[in-house]
Amino acid sequence: MIAAVLSGFAVALLAPALAKRLGRGAGAVLALYPAALFFRFLSRVPAVVAGETPSASLPFVPELGISLSFRLDGLALLMALLVTGIGAIVLVYAGTYLEGHPRRGPLLGLLVAFLSAMAGLVLCDDLLALFAFWEATSILSYFLIGFEREEAEARAAALQALLVTGGGGLALLAGFVLLGQAGGTLEVSALAANAEALKAHPLYLPALLLVLAGAFTKSAQVPFHFWLPGAMAAPTPVSAYLHSATMVKAGVFLLARLHPALGGTREWVWVVTSVGAATMLTGALLSVGQRDLKRLLAFSTVSALGSLTMLVGVGTPAALGAAMVFLLAHALYKAALFLVAGILDHEAGTRDATRLGGLLPLLPATGVAAMAAAFSMAGLPPLLGFVSKELLYDAALRASPLPFVLVPVAVGSNMLLVAVALTVGFGPFTGPRGATSKLPHEAPVAMWAGPALLGFGSLAAGVFSGALSPFLSAAASSALGHPYGVRLELWHGFSLVLLKSLVTLVVGVALYRGRHRLRAFAERFAPLGALGPARLWRAGLAGLVSVAKGTAAFLSSGSLRQDVRVVVVAAVALLGPLLLSRGTFGAADALPSVRPIEAVLALLVVAGAVGAVVAGSRLSAVVGLGVTGYGIALLFLVFGAPDLSMTQFAVETLSVLLFVAVLRRLPRLRSRSAPRSRAVDAALAAAVGALMAGLVLAVHAGPLRSRLSGFFAESSLPLAKGRNVVNVILVDFRGLDTLGEITVLAVAALGVLSLVRLRLAAKGTAGAKEGGR
Amino acid sequence: MTVLLALAIGVLYAAGTYLLLRRSAVRVVFGLALLGHAANLLVFTAGRLVREGPPIVPPGALAPPTPSADPLPQALVLTAIVIGFGVQAFALVLLRRACQEAGTDDVDAMREERP
Repeated sequence: MIAAVLSGFAVALLAPALAKRLGRGAGAVLALYPAALFFRFLSRVPAVVAGETPSASLPFVPELGISLSFRLDGLALLMALLVTGIGAIVLVYAGTYLEGHPRRGPLLGLLVAFLSAMAGLVLCDDLLALFAFWEATSILSYFLIGFEREEAEARAAALQALLVTGGGGLALLAGFVLLGQAGGTLEVSALAANAEALKAHPLYLPALLLVLAGAFTKSAQVPFHFWLPGAMAAPTPVSAYLHSATMVKAGVFLLARLHPALGGTREWVWVVTSVGAATMLTGALLSVGQRDLKRLLAFSTVSALGSLTMLVGVGTPAALGAAMVFLLAHALYKAALFLVAGILDHEAGTRDATRLGGLLPLLPATGVAAMAAAFSMAGLPPLLGFVSKELLYDAALRASPLPFVLVPVAVGSNMLLVAVALTVGFGPFTGPRGATSKLPHEAPVAMWAGPALLGFGSLAAGVFSGALSPFLSAAASSALGHPYGVRLELWHGFSLVLLKSLVTLVVGVALYRGRHRLRAFAERFAPLGALGPARLWRAGLAGLVSVAKGTAAFLSSGSLRQDVRVVVVAAVALLGPLLLSRGTFGAADALPSVRPIEAVLALLVVAGAVGAVVAGSRLSAVVGLGVTGYGIALLFLVFGAPDLSMTQFAVETLSVLLFVAVLRRLPRLRSRSAPRSRAVDAALAAAVGALMAGLVLAVHAGPLRSRLSGFFAESSLPLAKGRNVVNVILVDFRGLDTLGEITVLAVAALGVLSLVRLRLAAKGTAGAKEGGR
Repeated sequence: MTVLLALAIGVLYAAGTYLLLRRSAVRVVFGLALLGHAANLLVFTAGRLVREGPPIVPPGALAPPTPSADPLPQALVLTAIVIGFGVQAFALVLLRRACQEAGTDDVDAMREERP
């Protein structure tokens, strides 16, 4: 199971080459992979319905106890079948839809990779592995939404989707870590087994809120819903796959997955239910104001995701049963409608609902498929949408928190969605012919076959809904945490629920008939959209960027003096208090006595440094530097380091020669700084000096423990056959370091050479004269 | 003596930092040199001052006599001295070049000259 899912990433890498080689049929060939997975999962249905959960495990990061454990329960199976089944259909469709597109191969590859990531996400039992797949879907969707990379709008939409879902992903990771702390494990199944203790844990609430933030951003819940309509910049097959059937469902899936572990508390029920209900209503209200088929569908998807979230929030067996049925029904009809929108765009040259009409005779197959899907979405019997809407109303009616709020929200949203469904799937094919730029004709079979299959599926699943009961019951049972039987039936007598369905349909059809007036009315409120969360998001993003720019400009201004000041102030401010509070300056391990020669040398070093600072001419400064250098060389000699002393003498002599050689070509010293800035610099310099002197004293507060020094002293002769330990360390024990040092010198020499030899063309000439060449 | 050297190291660091903050580019290079000296002396002093003698194994013995100076900081400082010279040489030539190209040795003015 693990290998089968992960091999998709390899298939994805092969896709571009395959597409080039196979040409037209590439999509269909690539679709064999998800199709094979689909039938593999299908063959597991009887076992899962019987209550088994096939599982497999592979060590992923064993050091951290993270394993790639897959668990195929009812919920995972439902999602896996949708991901692979619709994936296969979309790949076939995309292969033809993008025919002639120069980057068709990469797109197919991205789709396959996405499919694998999504399948991994729904099958994972380990939260951190799940997070890895979750992020993979976010990143892949970035590339898929921004596929038309020449278009600024697509790039902006892709970035927005990535930032929103990626930000949610960070919250999710934090939530998972807290869950791991609170529950002692990252396995979902183990967390669910220990749910009571988890819910009583003090970390429960923060963990819950963080996880919800992740799920809500991914599933486009209010107030994060704005990225989903923007994502319609993606090619239509991508929208059909990511933004209706699979990725946006990941959030809802996660909520259902974690419901046994986290659900049922007052916090869960109130937060999840109210956000879901608000999203359901917002999506429906916003959708009726749209003309573009894809945007109509996008907002109706927001609404559908809201109702799923609401149902998982309510969390009763009836609600979760309804959620699973609706999950399936929505995936079937919404993917079909997206694909139909793509066909209309392709064949008629427009996606504007007001300009499409009377196309059924020209596109009979597409039209029939579209109508089946639209009727399912509208909740017409005997399609699956009808069954699922009945269950939704039933669950809302019996919900424990505020049924008198949830029922009107559900009924009202569904009335609007009936109008949207008919506008998208019915309107373009009936009535008078619209004014389209191209003369439309039927799409290739590879394109209409998918919607037809999905539309037929909606019908068959509705008619034979009883047969689906065990399968969807298994899914609902995994989301509940205990066995539960969903009853799916087309006819369950005259009831309040049936009445609501009828009212929904009647009002919905009336709204559809008055859709132009409805849209005109909704468009009047369009300016209000500017006040929405999208604006807040953009302002926040712009603010973040300007803060980052300000920080960068302050920390790395490009001015040497400013940058050095930042470093110095930071070092003193961070280290100074630490040294004062923790450091002991007893100098217990120091050498107390001072011999006259030593005192003279130390004074020499200091005098040279001071001389270099106050010197008014270049030559006197170089003299000061030399005095300091030679003084240090002599200090080395006094304290048992003849090697250092000799090196220092040699280098110092070379340095002085170098300075003298270049000196004449260097600019004269001039005082440029104002006295005030000099005083500030002097204070800073004094602080650094005090800090470093204090550091030396603090180091001497206790004895030095170095096992390494003893090792070198003892091993020098036996191991390296050398008597001078310092030399042995340099050329033998740390020989590689010395090689590095030689390399550094060689590079410096090359740098010097090239600076002397090469001249920057043109621009250098003016300066060269003044430089005294 | 350690206290005396600690003070000397402090003065070296202070002088180096002060020069690094000057607008005259030549002084900046001088500051770099002083900071190098300061760091070398810091590491050397932190490895403890010993008057006894260098870490050399006398004939007939297997290890240097105890006590003798610690070889480890000496090896580190020796590397640092040589690298410091490389840095100094490069900085000096770079300085000369930059003054030529920019037509000034004012660090603040050079910043304006960025292409």
